[in-house]
Amino acid sequence: MTYIRPKFRHPELPKNKLGYTINYYEGALSTLCAGCGHDSISAGIVQACYEMNIEPHRLAKMSGIGCSSKTPAYFLSNSHGFNSVHGRMPSVATGANLGNRDLIYLGVSGDGDTASIGMGQFVHVIRRNLNMVYIVMNNGCYGLTKGQDSATADAGSKNKSGNINLFESIDLASLSLELGATFVAQSFSGDKTQLIPLIKAAMKHPGFALINVISPCVTFNNNVGSTKSYDFVREHIEATSTLDFVPEMQEITTSYTEGSSQQVKLHDGSAINLHKLSSAWDPMDRQSAMNAMMNAKNKGEILTGLIYIEPETKDLHDLIQTTATPLNALGKKELCPGASALEEINADLR
Amino acid sequence: MKPTDIKNPEYFHKVVDCQHACPAHTPVPEYIRLIAQERYTEAYMINWDSNVFPGVLGRTCDRPCEPACRRGRVEEEPVAICRLKRVAADNKGDVKKHMPQGPFPPNGKKIALIGGGPASLTVARDLAPLGYEIHLYDEQKLGGGFMRSQIPAFRLPESVLNEEVNYILDLGIHTQFNTYVNSLKEILDKKYDAVFIGTGAPKGRDLDIPGRQEAAANIHIGINWLSSVAFEHTDKIGKKVIVLGGGNTAMDCCRTARRLGGEQVKVVVRSPFAEMKASPWEKEDAIHEDIPIIDNHVPKSFVVENGKLTGMQFEKVHAVVDENGKRKLVPTGEALVFIEADDVLVAIGQENSFPWIERDLGLEFDQWGLPKVDEATYVSTIPNVFFGGDAAFGPKNVITAVAQGHQAAISIDLFCKKEDLHNRPAPYVNLISQKMGIHEWAYDSEVTTDNRYIVPQAEKNLTLSDRKKEVELGYDGLTGFKEAERCLNCDVQTIFTESKCIECDACVDICPTSCITFTENAETETDLRARLKVHATNLTQDLYVSDVLATKRVMVKDENVCLHCGLCAERCPTAAWDMQKFFYNTTKAGKVCH
Repeated sequence: MTYIRPKFRHPELPKNKLGYTINYYEGALSTLCAGCGHDSISAGIVQACYEMNIEPHRLAKMSGIGCSSKTPAYFLSNSHGFNSVHGRMPSVATGANLGNRDLIYLGVSGDGDTASIGMGQFVHVIRRNLNMVYIVMNNGCYGLTKGQDSATADAGSKNKSGNINLFESIDLASLSLELGATFVAQSFSGDKTQLIPLIKAAMKHPGFALINVISPCVTFNNNVGSTKSYDFVREHIEATSTLDFVPEMQEITTSYTEGSSQQVKLHDGSAINLHKLSSAWDPMDRQSAMNAMMNAKNKGEILTGLIYIEPETKDLHDLIQTTATPLNALGKKELCPGASALEEINADLR
Repeated sequence: MKPTDIKNPEYFHKVVDCQHACPAHTPVPEYIRLIAQERYTEAYMINWDSNVFPGVLGRTCDRPCEPACRRGRVEEEPVAICRLKRVAADNKGDVKKHMPQGPFPPNGKKIALIGGGPASLTVARDLAPLGYEIHLYDEQKLGGGFMRSQIPAFRLPESVLNEEVNYILDLGIHTQFNTYVNSLKEILDKKYDAVFIGTGAPKGRDLDIPGRQEAAANIHIGINWLSSVAFEHTDKIGKKVIVLGGGNTAMDCCRTARRLGGEQVKVVVRSPFAEMKASPWEKEDAIHEDIPIIDNHVPKSFVVENGKLTGMQFEKVHAVVDENGKRKLVPTGEALVFIEADDVLVAIGQENSFPWIERDLGLEFDQWGLPKVDEATYVSTIPNVFFGGDAAFGPKNVITAVAQGHQAAISIDLFCKKEDLHNRPAPYVNLISQKMGIHEWAYDSEVTTDNRYIVPQAEKNLTLSDRKKEVELGYDGLTGFKEAERCLNCDVQTIFTESKCIECDACVDICPTSCITFTENAETETDLRARLKVHATNLTQDLYVSDVLATKRVMVKDENVCLHCGLCAERCPTAAWDMQKFFYNTTKAGKVCH
């Protein structure tokens, strides 16, 4: 019997700029079903963090409850983490972010944790533009409770026991666009070449970044008639673009070059190179992005890639004008300014 | 690249590095697993079938398998394959009942074997059960050849050698010991159906430098001297001994000299220490017995005073690589070095010698005095005369002699049946799934991180005072088990079925050594190697390439550092990966499946 991953690694594993090989970013051996899309996403996160030269202690993994929310155990063992209450990950992430704005917040959630029990939390964290990456591992079913249809299961989709879903699905990407999200992407667990640059760009985005990843449930939702199976997604996938994440750029201008290539400059000098596959879409125009989503839906396609980005954006800290220094770096004097400061505040309120 | 043809047994054979490197292709992982299960008798028999002398080889083999061992590529040290073989030999039960039981119905053919070493004995073992009448000639009083005369008893106890030689002689071999064959013509005149020559490389190289004649009484040719010790004609040597040479014979000479009264024994070698031909472990053992190895010293003369050897003069050199990349030994210009000696043992190489073969029989020799022998069939230029072992292609080792003996036996059998010698039998091959449950395999798939276990040795003061006291004690059962657990089961193959794959990437993500990549195919292997998750730079290791998948990509697996842990197959939701045990055994004479 093997539940144990051998300790040996390839002796020629390359090192990143920090001198770490990729196994430094690994987690425990997954206990999810064999072939689960979530494991691929975990591997994508590991690869992205390794390639981005992220120091593991600079990142916090946030999650709720569900198959998806178990995954932070399976990547980045050397990072911080908080496995919160079902659907309440955004609140905990908000608190953590307000306390220490210097960390990278990587939230992992599922379709149940986000679109059902956590919907109230999800919409508000978008409104507040909290600086975090929010990955939805979306398999359209409740895998942990034996595969009931979830709120993202498409109407007309057939589940494993042959029942047709009667209800309209919640389209998390369109909803986010509607709510004013400043970074919206969709991807597929079976396409790491697209997913990894998206994760990298999302981590660089200075506000709320949603990546809705279709992640087939091999055990309960990979049957004929499902719209979240490996086969169905591969047949109906339509990419907005192929994209590369360029970590550091010398001199870039966000200009439209001839043809279909477009470069999006991010706030810190890095950039996303987009090779657009559809000309009727501008990733920096919300209206255009919403149209593209709607058109794809009408054609029965799943649009993937970067859907919308607003590179210059104000996150929650900017909006409420908090201190630039994380709370844990402030001294007693700043944190407890004393009775005179309180009197001053009270005087203002009179 | 084209998809890999896994139906060709040679593909997976190559993945089992140890077995592939073994000249006799012993199924190593199979017997190591049996040792771990304490099935020592079966482990012994797998060995006996392949290499004929498991007890001997478990102590003395040159171990070409160990440098090839995959474990040596993922950590420091390979599995101690050789010494595990000894564990099987030491702990086996009644093996004789598993061996062919005579008397065998005669087939009317008579075969002569010249020389009683490992090659001849292998031929005898393979052919006797088929009904051949075997006549074995050897000049010594006992069989074993160089295994007896060259390998000192402190490395190979006589009882072990006798046991394994007797397993063969007991098959009804007609032995003609104490018989030096001095004419091949006489043998041919006896109308044998075939003659096999396995007379080894019996001539030790001499060193013709000033003083050689004058000091002859105290200068001994290494292999002759070892033989003389083995047959108890020699039982002492001077207190100060110089051993010339850097090979395993030199190591055996110096360690034997220590046991025969040599107090200050020194090995002096021309080349740098690192380039010596001796196996690293043999050098270690010599150094452990207080024998300094002095490298970069070229012998110039034997120094004789009053008609007696007093020592030798050496010139100091250092290794220089010239513009053609050739390594040369260049004198340092320092004064000659004098080293005292009462006796000198010359162990600087050995050669073939066939003074007993008449040159007018039609048996052709090449310019170096070696017989012209077919490399696949071992037949000479006389159709019924075959060669094997050191006699065929010059000095190698026991396991090579055994491997050649098997092949020569096949040729002799084919020749006697008037069949084409080049119609070699295909190997016996089997491939069986090891799947038992979700996380359960029929083999022990867990990979231990234990380092190689050291083989315990007897106390030095005991071994140095008794020439026949075996130095190595061998692993005990528990250590043998732990060492056996280090084996990566490279014979349990990863088999990929394209039609079942849904390209979920689970195998790619789980593989601890990043062996698996799904990628677009490339025109050339070089391009494909550069596209893998970790570039496949070890060109001696093959790529396993699948047919085209649904997304137009291919699966490519770099066999190089695969741990055969089975995780790819455990994490595969559709059983597109399976772990299947591959058994490959070289077919021996007469075992052809029709």
